[in-house]
Amino acid sequence: MRVESSISRNAPADGQQEHWDGAASTGHVLKPGELDLSHGVMLYLDDITVSFDGFRALNKLSLQIDAGELRCIIGPNGAGKTTMMDVITGKTRPDSGKAFFGQTIDLTRLTEPQIAHTGIGRKFQKPTVFENHTVFENLELALKTDKQVKKSLFARLFGDDLDKISDTLRQIRLADQADRPAGLLSHGQKQWLEIGMLLVQDPKLLLLDEPVAGMTDDETERTAELFVSLKGKHSLMVVEHDMAFVEALGGKVTVLCEGSVLAEGDLATVQADPRVIEVYLGR
Amino acid sequence: MRTPLTVKLFAGLGPRGWLAVAAVAFIAWVLVPMAHLMLPESHPLHVSTYAITLIGKILCYAVVAVAMDLIWGFGGILSLGHGLFFALGGYSFGMYLMRQIGREGSYQSDLPDFMVFLDWKELPWYWSGSDHFLWALFLAIAVPGVVAWIFGYFAFRSRIKGVYFSIITQAMTYAAMLFFFRNETGFGGNNGFTDFKRILGYSITAPETRLVLFGLSVALLLAVIILGKVLIASKFGKVLTAIRDSENRVMFIGYNPVHYKLFIWTLSAMLCGLAGALYVPQVGIINPSEMSVANSIEIAIWVAVGGRGTLVGPVLGAGIVNLSKTWFTTSFPEYWLFFLGLLFILVTLYLPQGVVGLWAKIKARRAEKAAIAASRAEVAAAPAPRAPAAESKIPNGTAAKGA
Repeated sequence: MRVESSISRNAPADGQQEHWDGAASTGHVLKPGELDLSHGVMLYLDDITVSFDGFRALNKLSLQIDAGELRCIIGPNGAGKTTMMDVITGKTRPDSGKAFFGQTIDLTRLTEPQIAHTGIGRKFQKPTVFENHTVFENLELALKTDKQVKKSLFARLFGDDLDKISDTLRQIRLADQADRPAGLLSHGQKQWLEIGMLLVQDPKLLLLDEPVAGMTDDETERTAELFVSLKGKHSLMVVEHDMAFVEALGGKVTVLCEGSVLAEGDLATVQADPRVIEVYLGR
Repeated sequence: MRTPLTVKLFAGLGPRGWLAVAAVAFIAWVLVPMAHLMLPESHPLHVSTYAITLIGKILCYAVVAVAMDLIWGFGGILSLGHGLFFALGGYSFGMYLMRQIGREGSYQSDLPDFMVFLDWKELPWYWSGSDHFLWALFLAIAVPGVVAWIFGYFAFRSRIKGVYFSIITQAMTYAAMLFFFRNETGFGGNNGFTDFKRILGYSITAPETRLVLFGLSVALLLAVIILGKVLIASKFGKVLTAIRDSENRVMFIGYNPVHYKLFIWTLSAMLCGLAGALYVPQVGIINPSEMSVANSIEIAIWVAVGGRGTLVGPVLGAGIVNLSKTWFTTSFPEYWLFFLGLLFILVTLYLPQGVVGLWAKIKARRAEKAAIAASRAEVAAAPAPRAPAAESKIPNGTAAKGA
C-alpha cells in the first residue's frame, strides 16, 4: 500500500543527500516543498522504466527540461509519450528510475493532486473539460487556490480571481461563451478551454498532450503564439505530431522511440538524423 | 470575506422555492393537525391516524432518497447499502425508546424484554446512556457517520469505483444484517425493537405525539432539501459534480477527490441516520430486515424513478414508489416485487431522468411545437416560400438534441 507522503515531509532520495549540503554551503535556503530551481533544471527524469505486463512502455528514459524552456516531444505511436506524462503527473508509478521536479521534489512519492499543487499542469490528449459545467465554472474550478473541502464549502470569488478568469477567457477567445456548458463547445474550443484551465492554475511546468489536434490552421497558429509567449515564465513540454506546429514553436525537440530518447536537438538537426528518418519512414 | 450563511440560504432557494417551503410547512404544521384533531372522523377532510403515520413514514424515506441523491445523482457514487445507515440511526434511537418502556414490558424488568429472555442481568456497556434522549439522538447521527467514514476512507482511498463500490456496499449491509440477527449482539435479534410506549414521557400513540413526529419529519425533509440546495450551489457542489463527470481532470487540477467523496458520503449517511431515528417511533418497530439488500436497492429505485441529480425528484420518487407499494401490498401482495422490477426497467429504458425528466421533456416538446408553428407561420408569411420542409426540420433537430 502506498504511503501518503505530504509535500512538506518530502525529503530527497538517498542519492541526493550531498546536494543538500551543497545548496546550504552556497547560502541557498531550502524550504521543504518549495520548487528549487537553483540549478536551472525544472524537470529531471533519470533512467525511468515502466512495464505493463512485460511490455516496456518506458525503457531507461532520461530527460531534462530547463526552467523556462519550451520542449517539443515527437515520436511514433507507442513511443511512450503519454506514459511519460503519466509518470510526471503521478498517474503511473515507474518500476525504477528517478523523477524530480526542481532539485528537491520527488514526483514518484506524491499523489496526483499533490503534484498539481507543486506546479505541474497537464492537458490530456483527448480534450477533458467538465462538460456539464459552464466555461466560466471550468476556469473557476481550475483556479489556483486552496482546494481543500473546508475552503470549497465557503468559497467565494474575489475581484482578483474574477479578473484572472476574464483575462484568461479573452486570451483563449471564449469570453462570449462564458455561460455556455463546456459540452457544447467545438473540439478546438474545448482544447482552448483546457489550455485556459492550465493557465489559471498558474503551473511552473505545463504538459501539453497534442494540444492542437482538431484545431483549424488559424487556431493552431494562435496556439503556437500563445505557447511561445508563455516560454520563459513557464516551462512547457509539448507532445505533437503536427510538424508545422513544432516548427512554429521553435526550441529543442526530443524524439522518443520505444520508450527511450532517440535523438535531441533543434528540429532541422533531428529531422536530418538517419535514425529518426528510419523510425518515421523506414521499416 | 465570507457571506454569512443565512444570506446564502436565502439566495440558494429563490423566492418561489421559499414560497413552496412556507406552503408545505403551513400545510404540515397547521392544516393537517387541524384536520386531524378538530374534524370528526366522518368528515371527508378528516386526516386519519393511519394517513399521518403513512405519510410520516414516507417523509422519512424521502429524506433517505435525497441523501442518496446527494452521493449518487451529484457525486456519481451508487450506494446499495444505504439501508444500513438508516437502520443504524433507527436502532440508536430505538435503544432510547426501549428504555422508555421502563417496567411496563412483559417481564416487568428494568431491562428490555429480550435481555430478560436471554437471562442477562445487566445492560451491556454499549447500552449505557441510552436512557438519555439527547445521547440517543447523537448516536443516531454519529454511529452511521462513523461507520460510513471508516468504510468510505478505505474504499475511496483504494480508488474503488462504480459497480465494485456498489457491490461492496451491498456486502456491508448484508454482513451487518447477519450481525444484528444474532441474539447475542444485544439488539433484540430478529425481532428487533418494538412495543414502544413513550417518547420523552409522552405516550407514543397519542395523536398529539404523532402529529409532532409528523411535523418533525416534514421539517427534516425541508431542511435536508435546503441543505442540499446550498451545498450543490457552492463550490463544493461544483467540484462534486466535476468528480462525477471527470475524476481524472479534477485530480490533475489539484483537488483530492477522496476528501470530497468522503465528506458527502459521511454527510449522506448521517442524514439517513436522522431519518431512521424519526422513522422508528412512527412505525413502532425496527428489526434487521431494514438492513436487507432489497431494502437498499429500493432506495436507489426511488431516486431513479424520481430523477437523479435533482433534489425534488427523489422526494417524488420515494412518494410514488411507496404509495404504490402500500396499495400493492394490500391488494396483490405477491405481485409487488414484480411490479417494482418492471417499474425499474421501464424507468431505466424510457425515463433515464426519472419523473422530473419526463416533466422537462413535456415542456421541451411544447416549446418545440411552438417553435415549429412559429417558423411555419413565418414561412407562410414570406413572399417566396423556399424549402419549407427543410426549414421546419432545423428547430426539430436542435430541440431533440437539447432534450
